[in-house]
Amino acid sequence: MAEARDALEEFRTEVRSWLAQNFPPSLKGRGAALMGGETIGEAESDARVWGKRLGAKGWATPTWPAEYGGGGLTQHQARALNQELDRAGAFNPLVRTAGMGITMVGPTILEYGSEDQKQRHISAICRGEVFWALGYSEPNAGSDLASLSMKAEDVGDHWVVNGQKTWTSGADHAQWIGVLVRTDFEAPKRDGISFLMMDMNQAGIETRPIELIGGASPFCETFFNDARAEKNEMLGELNAGWTVGKRLLQHERQSQTGASSGMGGDGSRKSLRDVAKDYAGVDAEGRLADADLRSRLTAHMMDAKAHKLTIARITAEARGNAKVSAAASILKNAASSVLQERAELMIELMGHSGLGWEGEGFSSDELAAVRGWLSGKAMSIYGGSFEIQNNIIAKNILGLPENTQRG
Amino acid sequence: MAALTEEQALLQEQARSWAREEAPVAKFREMRDSGNEFGFDKATWASIGEMGWAGIVIPEAFGGVDVGYLTFGVVLEELGRQLTASPLLASGLVAATALIAGGSDAQKKQWLPKIADSTAIVTLAVDEGPHHAPASIAFAAKKTDSGFKLSGQKVHVLEGMSADAFIVAARTSGTPGDGVGISLFLVEANAAGVRRQRLRTADSRGYAQVTFEGVEVPSEALLGAADHGDALLQATLDRARAGLAAEMLGTASQSFDMTLDYLKNRVQFGQLIGSFQALGHRASGLYTEMEMTRSCVEAALQAIDSGAEDTPQLCSLAKCKAGAFLHHVSNELIQIHGGIGMTDEFDAGLYLKRARALEATWGNQAFHRDRYATLLGF
Repeated sequence: MAEARDALEEFRTEVRSWLAQNFPPSLKGRGAALMGGETIGEAESDARVWGKRLGAKGWATPTWPAEYGGGGLTQHQARALNQELDRAGAFNPLVRTAGMGITMVGPTILEYGSEDQKQRHISAICRGEVFWALGYSEPNAGSDLASLSMKAEDVGDHWVVNGQKTWTSGADHAQWIGVLVRTDFEAPKRDGISFLMMDMNQAGIETRPIELIGGASPFCETFFNDARAEKNEMLGELNAGWTVGKRLLQHERQSQTGASSGMGGDGSRKSLRDVAKDYAGVDAEGRLADADLRSRLTAHMMDAKAHKLTIARITAEARGNAKVSAAASILKNAASSVLQERAELMIELMGHSGLGWEGEGFSSDELAAVRGWLSGKAMSIYGGSFEIQNNIIAKNILGLPENTQRG
Repeated sequence: MAALTEEQALLQEQARSWAREEAPVAKFREMRDSGNEFGFDKATWASIGEMGWAGIVIPEAFGGVDVGYLTFGVVLEELGRQLTASPLLASGLVAATALIAGGSDAQKKQWLPKIADSTAIVTLAVDEGPHHAPASIAFAAKKTDSGFKLSGQKVHVLEGMSADAFIVAARTSGTPGDGVGISLFLVEANAAGVRRQRLRTADSRGYAQVTFEGVEVPSEALLGAADHGDALLQATLDRARAGLAAEMLGTASQSFDMTLDYLKNRVQFGQLIGSFQALGHRASGLYTEMEMTRSCVEAALQAIDSGAEDTPQLCSLAKCKAGAFLHHVSNELIQIHGGIGMTDEFDAGLYLKRARALEATWGNQAFHRDRYATLLGF
């Protein structure tokens, strides 16, 4: 125990000195702004340099095997690395520049990919050089994803893909995309699906951004017209794509448990408590003047704390075992409830000022709160809706009999 | 509970099987039907004493094992599952806590070993009205030549019918609402002027209304310094709330398990009712709430053990969340069981009644939301 502790301390020291030499001071504490997509002026080029250095070290994907470009760290070391990044005001910019690469595609390739696929795709993800998108949902296949119909035909030396995907986040600037396609129309619907990885740089793939209730969004519609996928780009076996795809969704859920930062919610940088004091006022004893609001605000803050404590508890219980946990569904539902309630409280506190759309008369925080409130409604829909998560909990955790409910 | 040590896991297993075999809810029902005025079975309490559970937080020098509040929570949760009735929480956790933190050497020597082996029951007498309001204590203790004279009434005193001594929170200065000027006194139940009356509550436990009619006590009866008992009282109450929250988590978890079991066995319309999505989603929601509650309860107990600064808010969080979840799940327990849940023969009603009593003890949800907000500065 003591030796392990010493070794971890030694690792921390190593991280600290590496950060001192490699993390550009101009970026200190600017992670939230950068990850939120804001332009940060001249620091932009420092951010690129920082991303390159972190990627080259393998620390953007700290627990991935070193032989493919990952950090090769243990869970304990990875946690220490994160703590040191936080302490230095640093952050991992590649989580954004890799699209779905680091959070979802990479872990799935590491699990199901061939040696050749790992060699070709993983190290590029580790260095943040390739932005990955995913094509799962279709206009007629949302919660009932297994009814998808985009078709892939074997024409001998490659696959020809025809159909449409939707909610393909970031597809308009992605270089690669992982898609679920139907390769067998006769088999039961879950048994005729395969997972293909496709180069986006071809005429057969077109994207169109989708505008949402909160305005511009990263989501796109993506159209495949006689698009080409290479034979060696099928992830997992032919017609086994449902299993691969579901596994990837578990990684997605894990990334939406609220355990990792950058889950947004209301876009505001001020604490809810401070906003409440500014907008609703306080009484002589420093309490929020509106007793009803104070009580509801407290209930929300307790929910948020409970969620945070649950992430900590489940992490401690796993004792460094990073396997995708069954608890991801409860954490995802709790996270979306907490963040949506926070956004609702935020605009309620701001009153009419919390309903500005653009232009003069509203602060940037106020405008961000409105947009965040609206875009946050997606949290309980994407990645398996609130209801789908409840199906999963009922079936997989509680062992309730299945009816029409499917996970 | 999460990340338990090997010892804690063993104790959990021991407590679970002991409660299931020796002190199950059927035994509580028997006790209730017998009209037992103490609200617990003496033999059950003696067994608890033999196993050493009443000494979990008491220092070894005074006959305990001193292994902390998380460990105590592990036991309380298991007993809460079976509605096992005993003075374990009131005496072994709450009174022991006050004595350890504020008692004189003589008081500790006299009481702690007996609390630890369950041969004496000591309990905290704090509330004076229908709601928990420690800042508004009006119960007066007046200085006399040789000590103090206590006059007033305490209500809803846990294990009040069986207690050998009371730890009484009294006002020695200031005015109700001040939050200062409180002193704690250790008063023996057989002192002249102490009268107790049984309160027969829906949960069939041993509550009493205790009247002190000019009870004279020497200065040595003080627990801690006169007029400065507020901090001691708050610290004691926080540990009491965290322990109670662990018991509530047990009672709530059992309510959930009973409900889940019913969903997997009851057939209507030719299928198991657990296959209906309307019910499955309610079970999923309860499960999610249960996981969140467990995290809060455990965090509060761990905070106490590690002396963390945010212990007071975590204790309020634990008590509030445990109250909310227990409230919800005890109602669903009845609703999902339908008609059978309404019968006294079935256990659901026992859990529902106990749930509300636990919710009201040492601050309900509203009390703890208010306190949480105040502690966080708004």
